[in-house]
Amino acid sequence: MSSRSATVPGLGMLRETGKLFALGLDISRGLFQRPFQLREFIQQAWFIASVTILPTALVAIPFGAIISLQFGSLASQLGAESYTGAGSVLATVQQAAPLVTALLVAGAGGSAICADIGARTIREEIDAMEVLGVSAVQRLIVPRVLACMLVAVLLNGMVSVIGVLGGYFFNVVLQGGTPGAYLASFSALAQLPDLWVGEIKALIFGFLAAVVASYRGLNPPPGPKGVGDAVNQSVVITFLLLFVVNVVMTLIYLQLVPPKLG
Amino acid sequence: MGAEVVIEGLTKSFGKQAIWRDVTLNLPPGEVSVMLGPSGTGKSVFLKSMIGLLKPDKGKCEINGTDIVRCSERKLYETRKLFGVLFQDGALFGSMNLYDNVAFPLREHTKKSETEVRKIVLEKLELTGLSGAEDKLPGEISGGMRKRAGLARALVLDPEIILCDEPDSGLDPVRTAYLSQLLIDLNAQIDATILIVTHNINLARTVPDNIGMLFRKELVMFGPREVLLTSDEPVVEQFLNGRRLGPIGMSEEKDSAQMALEQEQADAGHHDGSTEDLRGIVPQLQPTPGLPERQGAIRRKDRVVQVLHTLPEPAREGIIASLTPEERRHYGIPEPAVTAGGRTQVQGNLPAGDVADLPGSPAWPSAEQSAPTQPLRPRRGGA
Ligand SMILES: Nc1ncnc2c1ncn2[C@@H]1O[C@H](COP(=O)(O)OP(=O)(O)OP(=O)(O)O)[C@@H](O)[C@H]1O
Ligand SMILES: [Mg+2]
Repeated sequence: MSSRSATVPGLGMLRETGKLFALGLDISRGLFQRPFQLREFIQQAWFIASVTILPTALVAIPFGAIISLQFGSLASQLGAESYTGAGSVLATVQQAAPLVTALLVAGAGGSAICADIGARTIREEIDAMEVLGVSAVQRLIVPRVLACMLVAVLLNGMVSVIGVLGGYFFNVVLQGGTPGAYLASFSALAQLPDLWVGEIKALIFGFLAAVVASYRGLNPPPGPKGVGDAVNQSVVITFLLLFVVNVVMTLIYLQLVPPKLG
Repeated sequence: MGAEVVIEGLTKSFGKQAIWRDVTLNLPPGEVSVMLGPSGTGKSVFLKSMIGLLKPDKGKCEINGTDIVRCSERKLYETRKLFGVLFQDGALFGSMNLYDNVAFPLREHTKKSETEVRKIVLEKLELTGLSGAEDKLPGEISGGMRKRAGLARALVLDPEIILCDEPDSGLDPVRTAYLSQLLIDLNAQIDATILIVTHNINLARTVPDNIGMLFRKELVMFGPREVLLTSDEPVVEQFLNGRRLGPIGMSEEKDSAQMALEQEQADAGHHDGSTEDLRGIVPQLQPTPGLPERQGAIRRKDRVVQVLHTLPEPAREGIIASLTPEERRHYGIPEPAVTAGGRTQVQGNLPAGDVADLPGSPAWPSAEQSAPTQPLRPRRGGA
C-alpha cells in the first residue's frame, strides 16, 4: 500500500479519502434504490440500539452533571444565576448530546458494523454476493447506514432528555438553584432550532460513522488481524472526522440562526 | 448454449507485483476447460478478474460480447447473473444455514414461490450429497461439505458459465471423482461453459476439453486437451508428473544452481517425487449413460478438426485416434497409419510392442485395427 504512493507523500491518503467519498456517494444513491431491505434494516437498528442504549444513558448523566455544575459555578461568579438553566440546556442539547451520541454510535455501533463487514470480506462473502449479482452496498451497507442514522437520532433525543434532567437535578439539588429560575430561563435563551440542529448533527454523525465503518470493513488490510486493525482505525477515523464536522456545523449554525437575545 | 468467453491481452498487477500479463484465450461455448498452474501464479486472481471482482490493468474479457473490464456497473451485475462461481473455500454466508445459502440467489433474482424454491434447493443439495444438512450453519460443517454447498449455490440459477476454484481441494479422491462426473453431467444437461482451476492431475486429464497452464506470469499454453497432455514443454511435464526436477521450485522459480543440484541428486538415484509419466492422452469422462450427448463436445470436434493441421504431431495423432471411423470419413481424414490411442504411457523401457494394451474402450475403436506398435512419443530423459 504505502510503497505504491511513496513517490508523492499524502497521495495514498488522498486516494483513500476519494474512495471513502465514492462509497459515501454509492450509499447515498442506494438509499433511494428499491427493493429496500426492510428486514436487514430492522435487525440492524435493533442490534445497534441494543449495544448503545445502556452505555449512552450511563454517559449522559455525568455529562449533564458536569456541564450543569461547571456552568452553574461560572454563572454564579458572573452574577448571572438566572441563566444557569438556559445555558446548560443549550450546551447539552446543541453540543453534548450529539457528541455523546456520536462517540457511542461510532465506538459501539460502528465498530460492530466494521467487524461484521470485515469478517465477511475476508471470508469472500462479499465477493460471493457481488458475483451472485447482488450489490453488497445495496443489500448490506445501506440498511446498516440507515439503522445507524435512526439510532443516532433516537439516542440524541434520549441523551438530551437525560442530560437536561441530570442538569436540573444537580443545579437545583447540589448548587441550591431555584427550580423556578431554572425553568424560566429555559425559554429565555433556548429555542426550537437548537433542538433541530442537535438532531441534524446526530443524523449526520450516524451517517458518517456508518460510512467510515463500512468502508474500513469492505477494505480491510489482509488477514484476520487486518479486520482487527480495520475496526480500530474506523473508530479513530470516525472520532476525528466527527469532531471536525461538529466544528464546521456549529459555525454554520451560529452564522445562520440568530441568537434569541440579540 | 453456454456463453462464450473471449479474453484478450489481459494483464493484472498489484502495485509493483505483476501477477500475469497478456493472457489471451477463448473459452468456447459449452466446453469444459481446466486451468493449471503452481500455487500462487494467480489462478484465483484470474477467475476474479473474469467476473469483474478485480480490475485488470489492460486487456478485455468479453462474455457474450460484453466487455467485463469496461462495461457499466448495471451491465456488470446483469452479466454476473450468467455466472455460477465456486470460490476456493466455498464463501458461504456465515449467518445463514445451508438451505438459506442455496436459496439466496433464487430469492434475490426470481419471483419463485417458496415451494418452488424449496424443490430446487433440495434437489441441488441432493445433487451435491448434502441432503439432511440443510439446517447446519457453514461453521458447523467440514471443509469438503462447505465446498459442495458452495457448488450447490453456484448451480441454483442454471448458470451459463461455471467457474470452479479448486473444486477438489479438501475433497477425498472418491468425492472428487463424483464431482468430476457431476460437472460433466451438468455440462451435458445445461450445456454451460465450465472453467475449472485445479491442482488435481487426474481431474485435469479426464474431465476437460481444453487445458491451459499459467506459469511465470504468463499463460504457457491453452488449447485442446491433447496438446497439453502430450506436450514436451518442461514445465508441463514437471507439473503433470508432480516431480521436483524441472523449472518449478518451492518458491515459484528456481535458479540454475538449485536446478543443477537437484539434477545431480536425481542422477545419483535420489527420488524426485514423481511416480510414473502421466502424460499421454487418456479417454475423456463421458456423461452418465442416459443423459444426452454433450453438445459442447460435438461442437468441439468440428472446431478441433478445422485447426488440426496447426497442432503438434502427437496431439494431432491423439485427436485422430479419438475419432470413430465414421467421423473420420465425415471429416475426410485418412485412417491413421499408426495409432497408439487408448494407451497411457507407462514408465519403463519395455519395447513398445510389449507394453500391455489397456482394456479396449469404445472410444478407441481403431486401436485394435492397426497394429499398436509404438507409444505416442518416446520418453524423454532418464529421470
Ligand atoms: N488482493 C490482493 N492484493 C495483493 N496481492 C494479491 C491479492 N490477491 C492475490 N494477491 C497475490 O497474487 C498472487 C496470486 O494469488 P492467487 O490467489 O491467485 O494464487 P493461486 O494461483 O490461486 O494459488 P493457489 O493455487 O494456492 O490457490 C499471490 O502472490 C498473492 O500474493
Ligand atoms: Mg487460488
